[in-house]
Amino acid sequence: MANTSIVSINDLTKAEILDLLDLASYFEKHTNSKILDGRVVATLFFEPSTRTRLSFETAASRLGARVIGFSDPSATSTSKGETLKDTIKMVSNYADVIVMRHYLEGAARYASEVTDVPIINAGDGAHQHPSQTMLDLYSIFKTQGRLDDITVTMVGDLKYGRTVHSLLMALSHFRVKFNFVACDELRMPKEFRDFCDANGIEYKESKDFSPEIINESDIIYMTRVQRERFTDLLEYERVKDLYNLNAAMLENSKPTVKVLHPLPRVGEISQDVDDSPKAYYFQQAKNGLYARQALICRVLGIDPRKDNND
Amino acid sequence: MKEKKELAVAALRNGTVIDHIPSHALFKAVELLNLARCDKGITIGNNLESSKLGRKGIIKVADTDFPEEVISRIAIIAPTAVINVIRDYEVVEKRPVTLPDEVVGIVVCNNPKCLTRHEPMPSRFHVTSREPLTLTCHYCEHAVTGQEINVG
Repeated sequence: MANTSIVSINDLTKAEILDLLDLASYFEKHTNSKILDGRVVATLFFEPSTRTRLSFETAASRLGARVIGFSDPSATSTSKGETLKDTIKMVSNYADVIVMRHYLEGAARYASEVTDVPIINAGDGAHQHPSQTMLDLYSIFKTQGRLDDITVTMVGDLKYGRTVHSLLMALSHFRVKFNFVACDELRMPKEFRDFCDANGIEYKESKDFSPEIINESDIIYMTRVQRERFTDLLEYERVKDLYNLNAAMLENSKPTVKVLHPLPRVGEISQDVDDSPKAYYFQQAKNGLYARQALICRVLGIDPRKDNND
Repeated sequence: MKEKKELAVAALRNGTVIDHIPSHALFKAVELLNLARCDKGITIGNNLESSKLGRKGIIKVADTDFPEEVISRIAIIAPTAVINVIRDYEVVEKRPVTLPDEVVGIVVCNNPKCLTRHEPMPSRFHVTSREPLTLTCHYCEHAVTGQEINVG
């Protein structure tokens, strides 16, 4: 069934991404717009994710929509063995849009095929999480004023981190230079390096989070290096602190550089960075609200900019 | 010698002969073609001598024409198979099996966290490369190549 669902960032064209960013910036100025009065947004969280759920529910509430759903599937028929298809079909009777998070990969794609109600993927296992990518893009766009001609440095777990993969794919529409900073075990996977090579995307790989790399960056995208990702725990102990960022390391960086992190962070950004004007991870999370308002309106085919030109 | 061979591959008046099936894939092909539910005359041979394959399997089904989407199911496991359409003892059409662009309900996704492994639904793969054969799951987007391809 053809609909306007947003399952993967890779489904969006450059023009659609730019339009969503413009819409997000509209919502930053008009956060409380009751344009979804009378609409119902369902948030189905088959796997708990408080942060993402609160952000989507706030986005819907501030647009005037009513929110239904669940945050814990153990309280639903899923725990009785109901299929995903049946749950989606049932909720489709009530809601105008379904925001869903699932622990299985491909769940959102399948949901979008069994209903005419638009689906927004709020994360399906390690697969896709397009609203995170949109808020990352919006944060870069807002802080740099552009998405072209920037240097983005990705640091930490580049192997398993789906946020960096999706961001890389989304930024491939633009003229971006990348630095991939990671140890061998958590190196950017070959399929993404091949993608860069095939598409003429410039990148450097480095095991060293060096001053040269920091100082040439416009965006430093930090990720968490997780202990459970390592087969060799000695290797983990050896590398775990190599990819930590502190305020002193930012001393000679560009004045406009911003440090992003999908959160939650553990030790990879030291507390002394928080007060720097270069720290942007808390505002980044806030931008998620505007990005998600844009996504909800877009799948519903509602464009408030048409009636409001300021 | 010639006589024996003719006995093994008895003539068919009308119907379809699927020849040059790799021996290891023969019974899987029988299953994919859903022949258990077919009430026409069926001859199945396996481990027959083949100059091309060493050993091959063959399936003959009387008075039956298989639609292309049914035949293409076996392309994953038997890419060497050749379809012969028989009319009045004559081969009126001979064509290789062709791999479709999309493979539905045959291959099991190798990703244990793929929805298709948990939900009662057919799997669905896009053929993203033919040489080497690579299939990409429509749902979780994991890719499988060559020997990794898991046919049920």
